[in-house]
Amino acid sequence: MAGERRYIGRRIKRKEDLRLLTGRGLYVDDIHLPGMVYAAFLRSAYAHARIKSIDTSRAEKLPGVLGVFTGEYFKDKVAPLMTAWALTNADLKPIKWPVVAYEKTRFTGDIVAVVVAEDPYTAYDALEAIEVEYEPLPVVVDVEEAVKPGAPQIHDEAPGNVAFHWKFRGGRDFEEVAAEADLVVKKRLINQRLIPAAMEPRAAVASYNPGTEELTVWVTSQNPHVHRLIMAGSLGIPEHKLRVIAPDVGGGFGSKIQVYPGEVIVARLAMDLGRPVKWVETRRENFLGTIHGRDHVDYVEVAAKKTGEVLGVRVRTLANMGAYLGTAAPGVPTILFGLMLAGPYKIKSVDVEVKGVLTNTTPVDAYRGAGRPEATYILERMLDVLARRLGMDPADVRRVNMIEEAPYEAVTGLLYDSGKYREVFEKALKLAEYYRWREVQSEERKRGRLIGVGIASYIEMSGLAPSRIARATGFGLGLWESVLIRVHPTGKVSVYTGSHPHGQGEETSFAQIVADALGVSIDDVEVVHGDTEQTPFGMGTYGSRTTPVGGSAVYKAAVRIREKARKIAAALLEAREEDIEFSEGRFYVKGSPEKSVTFQDVALAAYTAEKLPPDLEPGLEAVVFYDPENFTFPYGTHVAVVEVDPATFKVKILKYLAVDDAGVIINPLLAEGQVHGGVVQGIAQALYEYAVYDESGNLLTAGFNDYMIPTALDVPDVESHFVETPAPHNPIGAKGIGETGTIAATPAVVNAVLDALAHLGVEHIDMPLTPYNIWKALKESGVLAKLGKGR
Amino acid sequence: MYPASFQVFIPASLEEALELLAKYGEEAKVLAGGHSLIPLMRLRLAKPKYVIYLGKVPGLSYIREENGTIRIGAMTTHGEIAASSLLKARNPLLSETASRIGDLQVRNMGTIGGSIAHADPAADYPAALQALEAQLVVRSVEGERVVGIDDFILGPYLTDLQPNELIVEVRVPSLTGAFGTAYEKLNFRAGDFAIVGVAALVQLSPDGSKFEKVRVGLTGVSDKPVRARGVEEALEGAEAGEEAIAEAAEKAKEGLNPPSDIRASSEYRLEMTVALTRRALEKALARARDKVA
Ligand SMILES: Cc1cc2nc3c(=O)[nH]c(=O)nc-3n(C[C@H](O)[C@H](O)[C@H](O)COP(=O)(O)OP(=O)(O)OC[C@H]3O[C@@H](n4cnc5c(N)ncnc54)[C@H](O)[C@@H]3O)c2cc1C
Repeated sequence: MAGERRYIGRRIKRKEDLRLLTGRGLYVDDIHLPGMVYAAFLRSAYAHARIKSIDTSRAEKLPGVLGVFTGEYFKDKVAPLMTAWALTNADLKPIKWPVVAYEKTRFTGDIVAVVVAEDPYTAYDALEAIEVEYEPLPVVVDVEEAVKPGAPQIHDEAPGNVAFHWKFRGGRDFEEVAAEADLVVKKRLINQRLIPAAMEPRAAVASYNPGTEELTVWVTSQNPHVHRLIMAGSLGIPEHKLRVIAPDVGGGFGSKIQVYPGEVIVARLAMDLGRPVKWVETRRENFLGTIHGRDHVDYVEVAAKKTGEVLGVRVRTLANMGAYLGTAAPGVPTILFGLMLAGPYKIKSVDVEVKGVLTNTTPVDAYRGAGRPEATYILERMLDVLARRLGMDPADVRRVNMIEEAPYEAVTGLLYDSGKYREVFEKALKLAEYYRWREVQSEERKRGRLIGVGIASYIEMSGLAPSRIARATGFGLGLWESVLIRVHPTGKVSVYTGSHPHGQGEETSFAQIVADALGVSIDDVEVVHGDTEQTPFGMGTYGSRTTPVGGSAVYKAAVRIREKARKIAAALLEAREEDIEFSEGRFYVKGSPEKSVTFQDVALAAYTAEKLPPDLEPGLEAVVFYDPENFTFPYGTHVAVVEVDPATFKVKILKYLAVDDAGVIINPLLAEGQVHGGVVQGIAQALYEYAVYDESGNLLTAGFNDYMIPTALDVPDVESHFVETPAPHNPIGAKGIGETGTIAATPAVVNAVLDALAHLGVEHIDMPLTPYNIWKALKESGVLAKLGKGR
Repeated sequence: MYPASFQVFIPASLEEALELLAKYGEEAKVLAGGHSLIPLMRLRLAKPKYVIYLGKVPGLSYIREENGTIRIGAMTTHGEIAASSLLKARNPLLSETASRIGDLQVRNMGTIGGSIAHADPAADYPAALQALEAQLVVRSVEGERVVGIDDFILGPYLTDLQPNELIVEVRVPSLTGAFGTAYEKLNFRAGDFAIVGVAALVQLSPDGSKFEKVRVGLTGVSDKPVRARGVEEALEGAEAGEEAIAEAAEKAKEGLNPPSDIRASSEYRLEMTVALTRRALEKALARARDKVA
């Protein structure tokens, strides 16, 4: 990236801190409008049922209730929701998600009736007064059951419950490489279902003005323009009459990409009732009705030589999609998963088939990492298993296979952009003192202590994405990003980005990019996002795309402004444009630095407009829609050291170290924060979290009590290091750092735990590795008896 | 998470609180720290018509020693019990147990009276209270009675408390001599209720050679907190040492039928009861030995 760096690369505290940390943020629940009423949703009592009748009469009579609305009311007024990622060549079925169920419910999050009342307490009282008569239908929650002949049918459109069947082959035929292999390691791996559980639950407020026929919806969204587009379609109103505002959003992790029934319902009712309507999800609803993540059963085969060289990987996956196909859902276990199955390795054959399977559970969609953690888990787990079978050190197996450096065209056809894969790997091992820990491990083993070391190397595709590729895979729109930068007459700058950061801190990092490009103070730059009336159409924040794609748009727009400013400066200084230099916020004539004007002078001149060159319009702003040429490919190696209690099997993480190459780091403080948070979420999957359904489709982990999100006391200090190889395909060189931690930490920690148990002959245990799950696996395999009483 | 409608009373004296309870008894709930009651109300699993808040009743929060007994007011918070220097010196089992309850926020709000009255089968205090053979002072408009912990907690969320009664005080011994105590709690995530909790009290002979008295209280492994009497009997009078503990700890699972749930099976809990009993007793023994010298 050309230009002076006064802000980029510095640990600058978030501009948003003052507002967010002092409680001055504005979340959807903080919106209070005159005459506002409150909606509450009755959700299905059964995971699969026919609705025989709904008696709302008692509820309607409660004082303060404006009305009770069922599927009958909505079915002709609002179109059902459909996925926006209609995979091509995958026989994708048109699964419809009615905003309020009619005739049938398909999971316990399905909305059966909506109450609107003067206050939320009355609304919840009224929910209890609604009587629904259901005819329960057979339920299926498990993917392996759901694809068996005779399994309960969830949608008529998808016979056998298969919503899509996606196939991908890269490189040589798997059978062919397997024939050349010395061994083929097979495993059935479970990547368990997780619940995003953002701190702020979802919410929506809708207000309709019959005079202007304009509908305004405040909603918890990671992509307000996408929300507007899809909602306008579902509601049947013109897109330009719908304004979507996503104010401060308290985390999403992917769960706020989805356009949900809730926001569509309140929008419709605000129009019909002529009163603003608010709905704020309860935490229980958040667990039941907001998308879940992961949930694969993967049948994996790895063909390898005795040297540890991996020739091919074959994966057959049943991906649990839940009861409906979410907004981005079909792309997650396919494009974002299958294409990553070569990892940072010189694998010669990748063969993957994925069935997207419908079940009577909450829909599964993009959750932090989205597909890439699942792929990385498979490779990293299998490499450890392979190492064990071959009697090799897991580090050596990775050395045998790792790509030296990029650019590199992977067997999947992806062009890995840049990086020194081997060097970063060795650096991580060195910094983590890998070999010292190996010594500690064998010493302590003699004393009965169970210490394990785990490595995970990963590569991911982020910076989603080149539009031509997104479109080729069936994505509903392009995946560019937009920005409008407006310089005001005083030289202060407003940046209206199409991204929608919700905790990541781009109000700061984008301001750093602009301040450096224009030579202004970071305090003079304001980043605005989230309101479709203010910002150009944008694709939003997910897939670690905000900095590489949104930030690149910002940079290009800032450069465009600087170039226009240079022309104005030339006119003001009565010099030729080629002779104008720019430094520290001043334009000056080459060779005579005393002849200069400030950026602020130029800004004012752009608006006074009297001295502009004849071909230049007044004003100083730029709009850029930036469509990247390629994905970016962050990569790195993480190392975890754990100790397993030999009596209780509780795992303690003794050390966690990450070396990540996410290209140019705009703000190390924010980037480290992303690594820390991501690693914690990765550890959470490895050791704590899992969503459990009973056979009837009831979610048994529908709250923080039962769903174990680790606390600050459960997680270690995370040591984070960066290596910066600039991304060659975008102008700022950034690759994205939002998901690396979640991708790497899960296999690093699982590998470490299994490493601690390796000498006992345990090869694999499915996650989460809670003390009980470890104990159970050891018990079932007879290892527990070996450990004996002495422990 | 909106509770059903209810009416709140804020009595300013114990008498007033008891009168309100006498009047509204069955339909009322007293509110102490609220860390068990409010979650239930928010989920509408509890729908009391009346809520009687004890926070403004004076004289229910104290820790003091009288004639070899430590008296603790029912409204004393877990945090106060964890930090009490009196308890740390004279009954460290209770303060150690309190320090392992929930997280800081829970300990700052929750009260010992509330925890006992709620009778969660995995609550921490009851293990210690069993090991300490604690007495509870219960009062109503009709008068006061003193009940042993073993007779008070009857089952999961079930106690001997009558609708018009309040717990006002908890009594535990002030320990002397060569004693040692320890609370071992296994949970999978910090701040969670116990999968298994074991409270141990060891009293050694003055020369430290023999177990004079041993008490072991268990939580999370039965429908109510219990004592591991088999372990106690095996150790009392025996030579003080780790071998004896290892052997006796096996008896901790006798007669137990722990629950199975999504976190862990009954069998795992049984095994952990033995493992934690051993660890708790070993720690208690080491601490008692420190007092012998
Ligand atoms: C996140 C979280 C984690 C927790 N973790 C743990 C844990 O690890 N271990 C543990 O043991 N507990 C735990 N708890 C429970 C906590 O200790 C509660 O504070 C305790 O169970 C109840 O005490 P309280 O003062 O909050 O009672 P409240 O919630 O106010 O009342 C509970 C019940 O007791 C009754 N009651 C209260 N005071 C009296 C009284 N003086 N006389 C008669 N009846 C009374 C109430 O009517 C109600 O029925 C946790 C709670 C939360 C929210």
